[in-house]
Amino acid sequence: MSVKGAELELKSLPRVSARRRMADRTVQSLVYAAFVIAIIPLVSVLWMVVTRGMERLDLDFLTFSMNGLSSSDEGGGANHAIVGTLQQVGLTAVMAVPLGILTGVYLVEYGGNSRLARVITFFVDVMTGIPSIVAGLFILAFWLLALGFEYSGFAGALALAILMMPTVVRATEEMLKLVPNDLREASYALGVPRWRTICFVVLPTALTGIVTGVMLAVARVMGETAPLLLLVFITDAINSNPFEGPQGSLPTFIWYQAGDPNPQAIERAWAAALTLILIIMLLNLGARLLARLRKPVSR
Amino acid sequence: MAKRIEISGLHAYYGAVHAIEDISMTVEPRSVTAFIGPSGCGKSTFLRTLNRMHEVIPGARVEGKVMLDDEDLYGSDVDPVAVRRVVGMVFQRPNPFPTMSIYDNVAAGLKLNGVRRKSQLDEIVERSLKGANLWNEVKDRLSRPGAGLSGGQQQRLCIARAIAVQPQVLLMDEPCSALDPISTLAIEDLIAELKSQYTIVIVTHNMQQAARVSDRTAFFNIAGTGKPGKLIEIDDTSKIFTNPSEKATEDYITGRFG
Amino acid sequence: MTSEIDVGQRTDTAGNGRAGGRRMSTGRLGDQIFAHSARGSGVVLLAIMAAIAVFLIWRAVPALRANEANFLTEQEWNPNATPPVFGIAQLAFGTLMSSFLALLMATPVAIGIALFISFYAPRRLASGLGYLVDLLAAVPSIVYGLWGLHYFGTKMDDVGRFLNDYFSWIPLFGGDSVGGRSLLTASVILAIMILPIISSITREVFLQVPTANVEAALALGATRWETIRMAVLPFGRSGMISAAMLGLGRALGETIAVAMVLSTASGISIHILKDGGNTIAANIANSFAEAGETGRGALIASGLVLFVITLIVNMGARAIVARRKEFV
Repeated sequence: MSVKGAELELKSLPRVSARRRMADRTVQSLVYAAFVIAIIPLVSVLWMVVTRGMERLDLDFLTFSMNGLSSSDEGGGANHAIVGTLQQVGLTAVMAVPLGILTGVYLVEYGGNSRLARVITFFVDVMTGIPSIVAGLFILAFWLLALGFEYSGFAGALALAILMMPTVVRATEEMLKLVPNDLREASYALGVPRWRTICFVVLPTALTGIVTGVMLAVARVMGETAPLLLLVFITDAINSNPFEGPQGSLPTFIWYQAGDPNPQAIERAWAAALTLILIIMLLNLGARLLARLRKPVSR
Repeated sequence: MAKRIEISGLHAYYGAVHAIEDISMTVEPRSVTAFIGPSGCGKSTFLRTLNRMHEVIPGARVEGKVMLDDEDLYGSDVDPVAVRRVVGMVFQRPNPFPTMSIYDNVAAGLKLNGVRRKSQLDEIVERSLKGANLWNEVKDRLSRPGAGLSGGQQQRLCIARAIAVQPQVLLMDEPCSALDPISTLAIEDLIAELKSQYTIVIVTHNMQQAARVSDRTAFFNIAGTGKPGKLIEIDDTSKIFTNPSEKATEDYITGRFG
Repeated sequence: MTSEIDVGQRTDTAGNGRAGGRRMSTGRLGDQIFAHSARGSGVVLLAIMAAIAVFLIWRAVPALRANEANFLTEQEWNPNATPPVFGIAQLAFGTLMSSFLALLMATPVAIGIALFISFYAPRRLASGLGYLVDLLAAVPSIVYGLWGLHYFGTKMDDVGRFLNDYFSWIPLFGGDSVGGRSLLTASVILAIMILPIISSITREVFLQVPTANVEAALALGATRWETIRMAVLPFGRSGMISAAMLGLGRALGETIAVAMVLSTASGISIHILKDGGNTIAANIANSFAEAGETGRGALIASGLVLFVITLIVNMGARAIVARRKEFV
């Protein structure tokens, strides 16, 4: 303290030592660098997908399938894959959204601090971490091998639903927690039964938030590939029945075209990647806009 | 060690909101200056401009001069870090570092300033805790977490932490408002002891407290909601509480408003 | 802090509500149906978790019985041969190696990003920049795979050669047949993919750091970095650990990007610049199409191992988070 003290007597304000200032600056530049490092791959991926994808993304690509074409042929399209993806993801949402929302409602409105609610909360968290390939293997063992069904879009949707459910539960939970309690109490005070309160007061209040969460969850499962490889298989033709036979899908389309040595196939892979990214970004953007709309209301 | 502070033409803003307007005053060394006034009159904001803590809040800025003896704290080449090193602060709610022991809390500021020798640290920690009238209560459990102490003890720990680096000014932002009467008394006694060494500025809501602990008192007021806070007058505490020059001060002191 | 208060209030009122609900719901069919279906879907969720374990074990056992080799130590993966010979050693090695490398690269960067967004970036830009990082998570893994296979891998070819030329004395960078379809490339891609999850959880933890402590550090005359070291990092330590573990869990299970990038080669090798290597998940995706009866069982067995590993990692991470909540 004596050295510092002497220094203090000379001037009222001590200098911050060069070492400390250096450390501060160094960390600051490292932190900025970390951000830049993260942005580089994002820009690179998006740039490659857009530039390479634009080369083939046209009306033909969206409206034709690969039926009867070999991978070295020019042309062809991903229509069968787009149809498949939309159907599979649609089915997934039909299964996962009601289950997810109901579970969320249970956890917030009914579960309280009960043992069951705590167990479910824990496993919802754990379930978010299940690798998609494991979900795929499970449906393979259960639906295809044990129950004897064949490859179908629906089998893929089952696996995707497992991946989507926890996200929906989380989103519902978060949103329900934001609904002010006064609203519930006001409704009970009017003699409205609990389930009607939840259905007609609580859920509508949280609706935009839940929809936002669901859209993000849909965007998330839309790009899943691994379970589809095991469960939906692949076809070059349009199969508009998701309950029977192999179906196309954008991710598996990319998988097979990208693994093909022919440049025509690789072009198609990039175009399909662009299509997939566009759909996902639209969903993300929509969700974000919706979330922004909601904000003033909740305040 | 204590220094005189001279403030002139000071304005503070939160974004577009003008929080305090054109304040000029002198804070005398080795004395206690109390800031009183109704809620929202900007006394805490003003206090935080004296160690450049105001600008920590996003969008907040300050105009004007704060001279610590002959140096402007808002000079262009002044590092706020250096300012805070010499102008210590105690907050409304006790805020010891929850992950640190009692000892480490007191030593935190010293370590920043390069004091590394164990014996020196031990000595200053003991001196600071004694200075904060806390030594006898905690000397046997220095390695226990600071968060385990009672509210009043935690606040004295925070005072010990602030005086460990031997600042020249000690700012206290309603240091007793979260404490019970006995702890409050302990802190007030402590303030009376500390003023022999430090320039102390204390914001308080409690007029009895201002009358008890301070030598000089500044009264702040606002013209209405949304208007900036202003300094109405500053004078010897005895004068402010018996015979203030301004009508507004008298109204406030006698409880006619606020 | 706030979130906890929130949870506290919530459980409290939900508890009250439940009692009230029971009283109110006597005789009300609607309430009963609704309450039961809500609880029912929660139970379905638990049942799915249990079913995953049961069915995987059930299908794995016959294949494991037929296996001539030790499943845990064998490096070959040849379940379609007669007799079937397969083991998980190489796959598990590749999985752990690539995931840990990814974690090693991603964690510091992710914490840096979280610090940047929470404390360094201009307030007005912060949320937008955060969204930009989250976009990394919105890119599907198949697209990372495509990018890795046809663009990034070719760049990593040069990087690999450079590292091999100058740093081959480090065992990891040694060996020959250096290429772009290596474990290192896969690890870098994995690191990119787990960055957003680690950084977003870390950001949430940083949000909970009490302002009072940050101000206390600043008021002591700490620089920004010293404030972070004093008030932010110690407070967020367990949160950051669990964020990293969740990232690890994600990396362990990532399938497609890795399957596309790696050119499979057999045998355990610590030379991460070499073309080749394999992971449990990638192996399932790559060899499923040719797998026969035993082959599928074998793949399911390997999936079971992956399931158990990720389960342990994720549960560990959640347990840390939960314990932290009790303390703070």
